Amino acid sequence: MNNLKEIDQYLAHKKLPHMWCPGCGNGVILKHLLLGLAVLGIPREKAVLASGIGCSGRAGDYVNFHRFQGTHGRTLAFATGIHLSNPELTVVCLMGDGDCGAIGLNHLLHAARRNINITAIVANNLNYGMTGGQYSPSTPEDSLTSTSRQGKTGAALDLCRLAAEAGANYVARSTVYHVREMHKYILEALNTRGFSMVELLTPCPTYYGRYNKIGDAVQMLEMFKEKAIPLNKFQNMEESEQQNHFWRGVLVRKNNPDFYTRYRQKEAVQ
Amino acid sequence: MTNMQFLQGNEACTLAGIAAGARFFAGYPISPATEIAELSAKLLPRHDGIYIQMEDEIASIAAVIGASLGGMKAFTATSGPGFSLMQENIGFAVMAEVPCVIINVQRFGPSTGIATQPGQGDIMTARWGTHSDHSIVALAPASVQECFDLTVEAFNLAERFRTPVIVLTDATIAHLRETVSIPDTVKTVQRARPSGPVENYRPYAPAANQVPVMPNYGDDYILRVTGLVHDEAGYSSADPEVAGTLVNRLINKIEKYTDELPEPEYAGPDRPETVIISYGISARAALSAARRAKQQGRSMGVIRLRTIWPFPEKFITDICRSAARVLVVEMNKGQLLREVRAAGITEAYGLNRTDTRVIMPEEILEGGVLLE
Ligand SMILES: Cc1ncc(C[n+]2csc(CCOP(=O)(O)OP(=O)(O)O)c2C)c(N)n1
Ligand code: SF4
Repeated sequence: MNNLKEIDQYLAHKKLPHMWCPGCGNGVILKHLLLGLAVLGIPREKAVLASGIGCSGRAGDYVNFHRFQGTHGRTLAFATGIHLSNPELTVVCLMGDGDCGAIGLNHLLHAARRNINITAIVANNLNYGMTGGQYSPSTPEDSLTSTSRQGKTGAALDLCRLAAEAGANYVARSTVYHVREMHKYILEALNTRGFSMVELLTPCPTYYGRYNKIGDAVQMLEMFKEKAIPLNKFQNMEESEQQNHFWRGVLVRKNNPDFYTRYRQKEAVQ
Repeated sequence: MTNMQFLQGNEACTLAGIAAGARFFAGYPISPATEIAELSAKLLPRHDGIYIQMEDEIASIAAVIGASLGGMKAFTATSGPGFSLMQENIGFAVMAEVPCVIINVQRFGPSTGIATQPGQGDIMTARWGTHSDHSIVALAPASVQECFDLTVEAFNLAERFRTPVIVLTDATIAHLRETVSIPDTVKTVQRARPSGPVENYRPYAPAANQVPVMPNYGDDYILRVTGLVHDEAGYSSADPEVAGTLVNRLINKIEKYTDELPEPEYAGPDRPETVIISYGISARAALSAARRAKQQGRSMGVIRLRTIWPFPEKFITDICRSAARVLVVEMNKGQLLREVRAAGITEAYGLNRTDTRVIMPEEILEGGVLLE
């Protein structure tokens, strides 16, 4: 599973090394996304990586297959058009938590509601990396960021629960520390027909880690190891305790027909 | 073969899109453009096409751009408020060179204005609504027939130039019913596609006409698309050389080829004393005024713009050179007038209406007389 040879075919070697900070989790996420494509044997020409605007969005520069990067927050809406015009493509959207959960939240809900056959990977580094570490909707309450020096006001948004409620076929969450689990979820998501989403907690040592005095990347991973707990355990916690933790696990696994399939069936009836 | 149909402007735009090869429509309902969405929803599935109603206009234009990159000719239709929302992604389509058509059925006023009443207030929004330097193509039909003809043209130009094309109609033409002749087939332009070795293909390397050839997602030729400044291979770049060259090319690939855009129509004497410049619904009144002026023995000519952007400066200055009076007739506070003046016709006057009422031929005749 860790064989870099397998992902060779998808990498733009000339463009490496990447621009991400030392200890950033984005490289790990990209690697496992590409491994997922490799394991499923998806040919370069039949995959599209649609990424958002943000640090994670830069992943598109490091792949050598079809790549799309639109405007901040709108990735899922663009990808909806890409998928519907060419339904045999494997469309993977890679977005930051700000991109997907703030400016683009509307599109997440509606992509999930339509059960569009797209895989969304959310790189949740708990803040806006690209613009210098401001708080995002998924920043935990009281966290320090460049725009919440006294601690963030307001609870963190759980994007997974929203996507699940809206109608996604597959929703899971893990962390960059839990590599095997992350790998498995990405594979399951790619294998899902309909809307699938994997949210991955990932270290941003440069901003979130530094502002919150968590330490370097290793210590951030330690934090995920300790604080990201299995879903069933999390659900049995008191709410006050939940606030200091993240859940991980599979939230939804369904097999509802996707938008395109249903749309075409309706027409056939007409 | 052609067949005659009695259609509304909105219907003509929709039929034109489908005739031009559009197979994807994404939109969000808004008066006075809604019929385009409704008719697209009904007709597109019959052509193996797709209609999707998105969550807002930002998503609508995004889906249209995505579908175009997936290989379908795609369009959307909206009006002022939705047109404002689309601006960021229209700029993206300019930057990433994605063919698509946006029909903006202009309605009255800023903000929500009056949803059912006409205006021509989006001339500058079409030109400069999205940020930073760029060129844009915008066409303005003046009849239901032209809603059909210029919408077909819009799709062809979008493919030819790999750029978004805006069709500016208005609430009056959108709901006006006129007899339209619809040909069985129309001349369509398909985007230039890559050939040759797959390995060497660079998605943003310009062809001789400055427009890069374009594969779809899913083709063997790998398509790398980003709104960041990008090199010819499609990888993002912050190199000043790359940035400068790209922005210049995006502008020049259109501005140096304006002879391929629909020309203005001129009706009137060879050396008119008074020239009326107008477009869209207002141009109809101008033409009617000029006919009456002729009967009265006055020397009045009308330049009717079909392409608003790029502004057909040369055509206009050539005719206006010998004119004593130039009157720009439009349903806004003088948006095109500024352009006419900027073209060197500094003495041009505006005849404007911004109270929801369309401009009448009598007003133009009177306006002309006042200037005389
Ligand atoms: C419309 C718009 N607003 C704001 C920005 C500036 N911006 C760029 S990236 C970004 C946020 C990035 O945060 P996130 O999506 O979490 O991704 P990360 O950088 O953390 O990976 C913002 C606000 C923009 N590019 N476009
Ligand atoms: S700022 Fe944070 S998210 Fe961005 S590259 Fe650096 S560590 Fe990664």
